[in-house]
Amino acid sequence: MILLFASLAGFIAAPLGMIAGRRPVPVALLLALVPAGLFALFAGLAANAGATGPGGYAESVPWVPSLGIHLAFRLDGLSLLFALLVSGIGALIIVYTGRYASAAMAGRLVPLLLAFMAAMLGLVLADNLLLLVVFWSLTSLTSFLLIGLERDKYAAIAAARQALLVTVAGELALLGGVVLLGQMAGTYSITGVIAAGDVIRADPLFPAAFFLVLAGAITKSAQAPFHFWLPNAMAAPAPVSAYLHSATMVQAGIYLLARLHPLFGPSPLWGDVLVPLGMVTLLLGGLLALGARDLKQVLAYSTVGALGLMVMLLGVGDDIAIKAAMVFLLAHACYKAALFLIVGTVDHEAGERDPDLLGGLGRAMPLTAAAGVLAALSMAGLPPFLGFAGKELLYEASLPAALDGAVAPLLVTAGAFLGSVAFVTVAVVAGVRPFLGAPTEAARRVHGEPLLLWLPPLVLAVAGAAFGLLLGPTGAAIVGPAVEAVAGRPVKVDLALWHGITPMLVLSGITIAAGVAVFAGRAGAFPVLRRLDAGERFGPERGYRGALAGLQRLALGSSRLLQNGNLRHYLLTTLATVVVLVGAALIRAVPATLPAFVDEGVGVHEITVSAVVIVGALMAARAESRIAAITGLGASGYGIALLFLMFGAPDLALTQVLIETLTLILFVLVFYHLPGFLNVTRARVRIRDAGIAVAAGTVMGLLVVAGLADPPQVPISGYFTETAYPLARARNVVNAILVDFRALDTLGEIVVVALAALGVLALLHGPLRRRREQEA
Amino acid sequence: MSSLILGTAARLIVPGLMLFSLFLLLRGHDEPGGGFAGGLVAAAAVILVALAVGAPAARKLLIADAPVIVGLGLGLALASGLLAVLAGRPPLTGLWVELPLAADLTFKFGTPILFDIAVFLVVVGATTGIVLGLIQQPVPAHDGGED
Repeated sequence: MILLFASLAGFIAAPLGMIAGRRPVPVALLLALVPAGLFALFAGLAANAGATGPGGYAESVPWVPSLGIHLAFRLDGLSLLFALLVSGIGALIIVYTGRYASAAMAGRLVPLLLAFMAAMLGLVLADNLLLLVVFWSLTSLTSFLLIGLERDKYAAIAAARQALLVTVAGELALLGGVVLLGQMAGTYSITGVIAAGDVIRADPLFPAAFFLVLAGAITKSAQAPFHFWLPNAMAAPAPVSAYLHSATMVQAGIYLLARLHPLFGPSPLWGDVLVPLGMVTLLLGGLLALGARDLKQVLAYSTVGALGLMVMLLGVGDDIAIKAAMVFLLAHACYKAALFLIVGTVDHEAGERDPDLLGGLGRAMPLTAAAGVLAALSMAGLPPFLGFAGKELLYEASLPAALDGAVAPLLVTAGAFLGSVAFVTVAVVAGVRPFLGAPTEAARRVHGEPLLLWLPPLVLAVAGAAFGLLLGPTGAAIVGPAVEAVAGRPVKVDLALWHGITPMLVLSGITIAAGVAVFAGRAGAFPVLRRLDAGERFGPERGYRGALAGLQRLALGSSRLLQNGNLRHYLLTTLATVVVLVGAALIRAVPATLPAFVDEGVGVHEITVSAVVIVGALMAARAESRIAAITGLGASGYGIALLFLMFGAPDLALTQVLIETLTLILFVLVFYHLPGFLNVTRARVRIRDAGIAVAAGTVMGLLVVAGLADPPQVPISGYFTETAYPLARARNVVNAILVDFRALDTLGEIVVVALAALGVLALLHGPLRRRREQEA
Repeated sequence: MSSLILGTAARLIVPGLMLFSLFLLLRGHDEPGGGFAGGLVAAAAVILVALAVGAPAARKLLIADAPVIVGLGLGLALASGLLAVLAGRPPLTGLWVELPLAADLTFKFGTPILFDIAVFLVVVGATTGIVLGLIQQPVPAHDGGED
């Protein structure tokens, strides 16, 4: 129950967050204890409950056992890495939010951040694929609410909707993939699915499952061509960007790919798809980051690039690449969240995010500057920061093979190099440049730096340094277990900062020099880069806009066609649909022989009643006035009730008589409000209506005949008759069915009746009240 | 549209109709009848009063507003279904209490009867609500054509 509680704690605490609307700072400090406590819990479980050992720490509570859905959670190395990041960064973010946001905004931000944290923890702890999808949806939903937090800003709302639609579209694909995997493996347990890897990979539908799951992962993790939602999501407040859109939620796709690596990895599809996809995203993100005019956009595009890098490394998929991916993931989460918070602090104090208009802030905000420089050094990959170790491993994953002359590793190395150069440049732009040089106009507005706005990013930046300095223990305690979980087998992880002068070290040095050179020369390249950015906005995003507009046109068109407000049209559409669908089914399942007509002695009264029904129907169709028509229909209806009675269905007959009576009253009352038959429809329309009416009657008649011709093997009526008393204590079988055997259906029906009545009352009272108001 | 004959007849018939509707409701578990049919008879009685005496009298007969009756019915239906959950059974499972009163007379009561009463209330509320709403609707000037 510990992990269940851990993943729900945020949801339980979320309502308390609303109090932050009154006293933001103290409430945020208090509620930050929730993620902080969870952080301690995970650390404790890792140390004592064997979470870092093989298999991790698992627990399971049945939820919907009949569907194979269990509240199954498992804390293993990979989950631990993510859980520590989500809870640890979460605590810092909530502290920061208390000081960053206005009181009103904090009252909405803090609850949503806590709810998001809970969803994200559930996602990384779930050991059941369907449970994972549930939490996955919850992260999309909280992300939607957080991006659109400022409801009066159109850009924020549009960005929120875009992020939701893109990630939810992927999520539906993911659900499809998950169901396929569950069908192939016979279980939805993630551990079970991975164990059934050989069966799944041999399945002809394996590629479908792979691509569906992939679609979920790459939309969530903003891979090209679905990357456009992430820069737009920067409409959210700074803590949200730092938490969801750099450090945690966008990593969910990476998590999913890493989690399922033991399953998908052995397939050749894995590397063939992920390596090019990741590389394209890496280069695209790096390039666009250089041209962006807003520091948040710069960081967002570099996040896109970083996610691409991780996908590429997972695609390579050998031990070193996985090690590189995990180290890079940890380093990136620390420095990128720190940089986002620092940009938020600068924005909060100086009111400016354009990198060209910021400079010389170091004097007024020295501690923010310290955090910025430390984070930037880790991002640029300088020793002794964790980012350095990440880059060494990144190059080690492909460079040795590339030096041996292999083509694919050479391309990977080139991509990794170019991406890393962009990261160096971004590090300088976002973490160093704003604090150096002569103070700009924006910098002169700054009069200090609040403690709670520099401490959280500084903690993250220092963590990046500490992980690097203590690389050995970090590798053994955090990275190693994660790598083993991703690889699916024991892997020796022995990280060290210094390996002597290696080709990797040389390339790392060249990277930093090139990055600084690009920074120095980037002003000249701006026109080109910015045009690229504009071209980008009209690229895949235009596809998104087109799809959205098309969907709206489709909805409008279908509504106009089906909901045109004309009652007779509705009736026509409904009947025609029934005729087509049931008729098609009847033709396919047409019985070979029609039932023999058994003469059980049809008496005069049966023939008379049938004649009344037929004459009534004809009279209704030929009537020149409404009253005549309804009288004809009534005669038909009462006749049918009589037939029910004759053939032994008293309940049916009773209800039919009552319904006919009330229908008659209702019609008369309604007619009172309607004009007479002023314009009788034209002949063509009448012929069409007659055709559909005859077709509907024929289909219903054939349906009855077919039902009689081909009775089911064991009629269910026997079961009901036998069990009505023993099971339902009822001697009236019809009633037993209504209130006991099929009570759920009846419940649904009375809800429909109630809603219909309320709808009619609303329609009647609306105009009535308006008329009364006009008279008053 | 009140008429003396209809008004007098209604005064005589309506109590009988009401009793008949309760009779249908309660016997429904073992003989033809039930909440749906009983509800329709009760609604017919109320409508008869509305037509013969007037809508205000019919409203008085109903005691509560039609939407309230519908809401009570839906609430009772849910409650009768959830009683089984409290007893640890799947929702809507019938639970019965049987009290032997005499040698060949047993009093039985169960959640399906509550459920049938709920159906009765929803049918009465919905039907009378619609009809009374229509009766009290001011007649519009006939200025438009049909269709």
